[in-house]
Amino acid sequence: MSTPRSSSTSSPPQIPQSLTLAPARTASTSSSSSASGMRDAAEDDFDSPPSQMSEDDPGGGVGDRWEPDLRGGNGGARWAPPDQVLENVLESVLEFLTAARDRNAASLVCRSWYRAEAQTRRELFIGNCYAVSPRRAVERFSRVRAVVLKGKPRFADFSLVPYGWGAYVSPWLAALGPAYPRLERISLKRMTVTDEDLALIAKSFPLFKELSLVCCDGFSTLGLAVVAERCRHLRVLDLIEDYLEDEEDEMVDWISKFPESNTSLESLLFDCVTVPFNFHALEALVARSPALRQLRVNHHVSVEQLRRLMARAPQLTHLGTGAFRSEAGPDGALSVSDLATSFAASRSLTCLSGFREVNSEYLPAIYPVCAKLTSLNFSFASLTSEELKPVIRNCVNLRTFWVLDTVGDEGLRAVAETCSDLRELRVFPLDATEDSEGSVSDVGLQAISEGCPKLESILYFCQRMTNAAVVAMSKNCPDLVVFRLCIMGRHRPDRITGEPMDDGFGAIVMNCKKLTRLSVSGLLTDKAFAYIGKYGKLIKTLSVAFAGNSDMSLQYVFEGCTKLQKLEVRDSPFGDKGLLSGLDYFYNMRFLWMNSCRLTMRGCREVAQQMQNLVVEVIKDHSDDEGESETVDKLYLYRSLEGPRNDAPPFVNIL
Amino acid sequence: MADVASYAADDVDNLKATELRLGLPGTEEEKTTAALLPTPPSTPRGKKRDVISGAAEEEAAKTAPPAAKAQVVGWPPVRSYRKSCFQQQASSKSKPPPAPEESAAAGAAGALFVKVSMDGAPYLRKVDLKMYKGYRELREALEAMFLSCFVSSGAGAGANADAPAVNPSDFAVTYEDKDGDLMLVGDVPFDMFISTCKRLRIMKGSEARGLGSLKNN
Repeated sequence: MSTPRSSSTSSPPQIPQSLTLAPARTASTSSSSSASGMRDAAEDDFDSPPSQMSEDDPGGGVGDRWEPDLRGGNGGARWAPPDQVLENVLESVLEFLTAARDRNAASLVCRSWYRAEAQTRRELFIGNCYAVSPRRAVERFSRVRAVVLKGKPRFADFSLVPYGWGAYVSPWLAALGPAYPRLERISLKRMTVTDEDLALIAKSFPLFKELSLVCCDGFSTLGLAVVAERCRHLRVLDLIEDYLEDEEDEMVDWISKFPESNTSLESLLFDCVTVPFNFHALEALVARSPALRQLRVNHHVSVEQLRRLMARAPQLTHLGTGAFRSEAGPDGALSVSDLATSFAASRSLTCLSGFREVNSEYLPAIYPVCAKLTSLNFSFASLTSEELKPVIRNCVNLRTFWVLDTVGDEGLRAVAETCSDLRELRVFPLDATEDSEGSVSDVGLQAISEGCPKLESILYFCQRMTNAAVVAMSKNCPDLVVFRLCIMGRHRPDRITGEPMDDGFGAIVMNCKKLTRLSVSGLLTDKAFAYIGKYGKLIKTLSVAFAGNSDMSLQYVFEGCTKLQKLEVRDSPFGDKGLLSGLDYFYNMRFLWMNSCRLTMRGCREVAQQMQNLVVEVIKDHSDDEGESETVDKLYLYRSLEGPRNDAPPFVNIL
Repeated sequence: MADVASYAADDVDNLKATELRLGLPGTEEEKTTAALLPTPPSTPRGKKRDVISGAAEEEAAKTAPPAAKAQVVGWPPVRSYRKSCFQQQASSKSKPPPAPEESAAAGAAGALFVKVSMDGAPYLRKVDLKMYKGYRELREALEAMFLSCFVSSGAGAGANADAPAVNPSDFAVTYEDKDGDLMLVGDVPFDMFISTCKRLRIMKGSEARGLGSLKNN
């Protein structure tokens, strides 16, 4: 396989030959790692840049790869030249490749494979909507049926990205519409989607089937109404943690807009749509949607109403239970046993969530389904350990459990005693402030590690932690893939020894050999990052806050974490020197985010100058009054084929 | 009545005279004006950072020592979606039909859009309170938004032919706060106002004259 050379000859000489801009390249599939230390690219970026390839093209042959394929349409009866036959065969074979990483690799073999792969790719995954332009994507891939787009960096969830930063889906839809009339699925994460965008989706794609919006904003029930009304083949409408623009007096009755005949709905998740809705319309909709398997309603649904919904849809597998309390007066309230009957009749339920305003007296109603539950989300239910215990004791097959820290260490101990098959645990804080009491601690973490050896993913908010408990988890749970520990008080050391938390996190990276995602917290010195760099060879996502002593921390990470894709840093003492130590590695990453560190414009400009295919954004907060300042508050840099974007607002300075 | 009052005052003075306290007799008890600023965050920058309701905390600090440590934006890393759900839970438990807390989009993104209605205007507008540094800017923006349309229509042979030249002192800017009460804009510090304002209403005419005017805000 020919090795594309780095295209930009003006790049710093220390970039190894083997490292190219093409992030999608892998030397081979999983087995051999290249001797020259080539980095394994993002499995989920499609972009092996065509410009790169064509520059390296030895020049012989047909010329521009954008030339339309000479094949006679859909395998017509005409005689095809021999290499055309080969290409047809190749396409039939490549149809079976589904993983983007495999496809990316295949597309690099030669131009013929590149073309064949481009014709057969069905799902387009774009991890950063600004890394490539819609036009380029659409020109390369002609037969796409599903598009996944991600926009803002994750720290936008915590109000660190100012409003109006970008990630608009409109330009994408403008290109996707004409190019893919047969498009069936769109999944968007952290993008701004307007009602007009939703209307455009409904208009452009007559076969549209699945819409998934996660952490998006910009639309309202008006847009939902258009989708409901016009997407006659809709199977999935998943709205997860979005911010809708409605006011209570302006909302639209979108549920009534679904077709009046039987629908093909399989999944309807709208627990984040906070405005009230037409319950009768929903009940009727559920009754005429025989394929419905997943339903999550918002908190405006009482247990009485829930019961009626469950009666209409006994085949549900996933249920979001709404408020889980009664709306009726004391005499008319549904009895617990009647509600339990409803649950008993739902023989397929495996995933429960909701419980938004739970009256814990109703919890026993779910006992009939507990034994079959694989996923339970109590993270909006403020339960004590006494309220949790009788429920969790029945959930022997639980694999995913989300809960509030109100259950305390004792509640977690009960989880550990029963849920030996647990794979994912998330413990959220009821009081998400630095100075809160914090109800769970190292004791709960230790208990979980002892009771749940198959744990793969954990997110744990607490105020008190010890290295010993973290070390114990690293040893008891060797299958950990995701370890996110958030000690909410900043710079907190081990609560017993007073030491930094370096050794705990060091043990995690050392012992959990499958770890790909890590979030650190507590008092941490450069030593922690030395461990991370030394042992965290599979880490793709690293989140750092209020940690480290010096630029060495960044250097350890850049040099050691060879698979690093996404690095998010806040409020840590890293300056230009640390930033520049990453120059050789930025092209292999999807992005770097740093806010409130010690960066200056000089350092950021140097990165921008040396790395032509990086977009370096310096972002100011609205409230920052100073005009030009040398210190940089927020830095967001990402590789891109397109150069600076043209939709940046005034507070974003692209260097 | 006056006698009673002065009698009471004397009483207080006498109490003070017999009060046991440390310090040399004759020295005045000082009122410590705890003009506590939010503690500078322990981040390396040491520059002014965005602190959530920093000014509101300043107010609290004057009345209740010790000042709470200034909260840092986005820490702990709990999604605004989750935080706003608990706000909703709290408000729906405490009072029936809850007016929505600041629109969820604002909570997440840092903008703060509120509706602005003006008596007599055919439609409402929305402003982002975070765009303004103080009352003066807000007032100017509102004047630009609303008064200009009245003036121009009055000048032409338009519908409002009988409307006299618009006088800003005929208008009062009021707002509806978290408790649903109608308040006059301008009494509290701007940052505190932002955190409690749910919508704005520009009142005109006789209702307004008693309350004060745009000019005085």
